[in-house]
Amino acid sequence: MDNIVPLKIQIATILVSIGFLAYIGRLIVRGRLREEYAFIWVACTLVLLFFAFWRNGLNIVSSALGVFYPPSLVFMGAIFAILIYLLHLSVEVSRLRAINKNLAQKIALMEEHVGGDNKTGRQ
Amino acid sequence: MDGCILAPAIRYIQDSVHRPHTRSRMMRIAAVIPAYNEEASIAAVVQSIRDLQHSHGLRVDPVVVNDCSKDRTAEICTALDCILLNLPVNLGIGAAVQSGFIYAWRHDYDVALQVDGDGQHPAVEIPKLLEPLSTNTADVVIGSRFLTKEGYQSEFMRRIGIRYFMWLNRLITGVWVTDNTSGFRAYNKRALALVQQYYPDQYPEPEAVVMFARNGLRIKEVPVHMLERQGGQSSISTVASLFYMAKVSFAIFFASLRQKRVREDHG
Repeated sequence: MDNIVPLKIQIATILVSIGFLAYIGRLIVRGRLREEYAFIWVACTLVLLFFAFWRNGLNIVSSALGVFYPPSLVFMGAIFAILIYLLHLSVEVSRLRAINKNLAQKIALMEEHVGGDNKTGRQ
Repeated sequence: MDGCILAPAIRYIQDSVHRPHTRSRMMRIAAVIPAYNEEASIAAVVQSIRDLQHSHGLRVDPVVVNDCSKDRTAEICTALDCILLNLPVNLGIGAAVQSGFIYAWRHDYDVALQVDGDGQHPAVEIPKLLEPLSTNTADVVIGSRFLTKEGYQSEFMRRIGIRYFMWLNRLITGVWVTDNTSGFRAYNKRALALVQQYYPDQYPEPEAVVMFARNGLRIKEVPVHMLERQGGQSSISTVASLFYMAKVSFAIFFASLRQKRVREDHG
């Protein structure tokens, strides 16, 4: 049992995870983070918490997957999750840009229609 | 949505059926002028388009789309004899032009022109753009600097870029367009139906050509004179030109994969 996470680190990890979870909860309650975007953060934190409690878990999961060096599994998983989330955000930004464009065009056309700028050129 | 898109076309057909004598009514023409910080040139551009009425007997309504200019463009335009669309935020040239197309479509114009606000497209060349539309030999007409190589020919590096797009678009669509970056264009109602709904946002011109071809629009180029810009700044700086090339190539590639749009969404 020499390859197990030291107790101090375990406690620190648990505390940080719970703190992070509480912070996300607070953001949702205050309406500063939408639930659909919070979901991935909650899921990641729960995974972290899970392995923080189950100290030997990482070793068992890695060897089951045939990964020789357990931390590389952590990195791979984390990088993968981050990439997917970034892609999701890019899609989201593109959608917002499209919506923003439609809104701005609509405003310009409506403003012209109601003649807010006192134009004389309209028929 | 269907009814909204087709309504003007149907009304036009009904008009011609029930009142045959109105078939030869005057073509209604709108000139969409995207303007971002064009205080130096916009008044002259609008005036020169209005002057076509006297010189050529051609009534063209200028539709200035002020893309949230930081200078006095909006203020100047308020005093001009034009339709003014003020975008509340800066959207970029593609979305600005599209706003004008939407206006022209909703107000039942037969033809929409696209003319730059910086004065590089002389209004006297407009009849040349309209000719293929009135004879119904094209849906989209592009004014080209390079067909007869007269007038302002752009800088050396830009010409290389333009040549590159000529080959790229030819490769992808089989349509030979010598001046893909030209923003001096005319659209008939069929083309207007498409562009008022879909138009690329950023650096739209070369990509739009691919979109026209993919949607079965007849594209024709006519030789025109262009001038050097009369004021303001190009929307593409030298530093950004590499990004421009890459972005547009990318966009052209994906535009070529995209399905026909009008039929797909309103078939």
